Amino acid sequence: MNPLNPQLVMYEVQQKQIQAVAERLHQDSRARTILLIDKNGQLVAAAGDSAALDTTSLSSLVAGNVAATGGIAQLLREDEFTAQFHEGKGMSIHMSLVGRRIILVVLFDKNTTQGLVRLRVKKAQDELVPIFEELAKLATTQPSSPFGTEITDQDIDNLFND
Amino acid sequence: MSFINYSSREINCKLVYYGPGLCGKTTNLQYIYNKTRPEAKGKMISLATETERTLFFDFLPLSLGEIRGFKTRFHLYTVPGQVFYDASRKLILKGVDGVCFVADSQDARYDANIESLENLRINLQEQGYDLDKLPYVMQYNKRDLPNAMSIEELSAALNPTRVPEFEAVAPTGQGVFDTLKALAKQVLAELRKGT
Repeated sequence: MNPLNPQLVMYEVQQKQIQAVAERLHQDSRARTILLIDKNGQLVAAAGDSAALDTTSLSSLVAGNVAATGGIAQLLREDEFTAQFHEGKGMSIHMSLVGRRIILVVLFDKNTTQGLVRLRVKKAQDELVPIFEELAKLATTQPSSPFGTEITDQDIDNLFND
Repeated sequence: MSFINYSSREINCKLVYYGPGLCGKTTNLQYIYNKTRPEAKGKMISLATETERTLFFDFLPLSLGEIRGFKTRFHLYTVPGQVFYDASRKLILKGVDGVCFVADSQDARYDANIESLENLRINLQEQGYDLDKLPYVMQYNKRDLPNAMSIEELSAALNPTRVPEFEAVAPTGQGVFDTLKALAKQVLAELRKGT
């Protein structure tokens, strides 16, 4: 396993805990949408108004943005910029890091303020960090092959037959 | 690294197309995008300059179907090929599960291929990866051009470890899906090992 890029796994127990934190943050911050995104660009959880959003594209772009910001931090010999904020006319976006692996994204409009969002994000981060630490531990102790050794070349070939 | 979600029964993998400037990485993705069923693909995103040179990355999400009850999703990325975008290129390699090196077959691009391949190896090392241990395929693109080098020459120079290699003409799609399929296969086989 690559120590710099450990495997991310998600189990039902932790998914429910994360979802609960995201839902609570959505309520408490009066934001439109909450997204939790892996630094590699995979969506981990969403709460609030996400059905109309292209969350796959958003996840990839947010991860790219955070990666670029991390690159800038390195050049400036700064450990990391842990949060960033983009202000729009209608919508604004607040992105912050949870631990070293996850990005917490809050999309909000005039219904709330940046101050309230930041305050509630801080609380959610404190709750999320131990959950992702637990997941990181599980990833190293449990076998990470999801299909056992049963998968055949034929299974893989079938994916491309259409 | 891949993201395995046992809760929603999904596997997400990241594949990166690497290679020198103008070798056809974006064209590979465009062909895949055009030929994939609408329900199996997401939006293709290109962060490019006004002259359509890749500035940061192209992104194409594909859902290929299920293996043993797990939905498999592949996120395809290209890097900017131009030499001076190296800082951005490194970022795209973070969390990569498999690499396709797209070589430009034209003899005039021989040095650019070599340089890009060395750059790939170094940038992977910085992220803690060893190219020889990653799922990895080689594509010789632009086979239709008159100044294309022979496969033997290209293979000897670019593929000493004999990873699966494919001839391609990306705009017409020749070799494009064969390349993708071979890479996806290696990535899934790696997951099977549970590494």
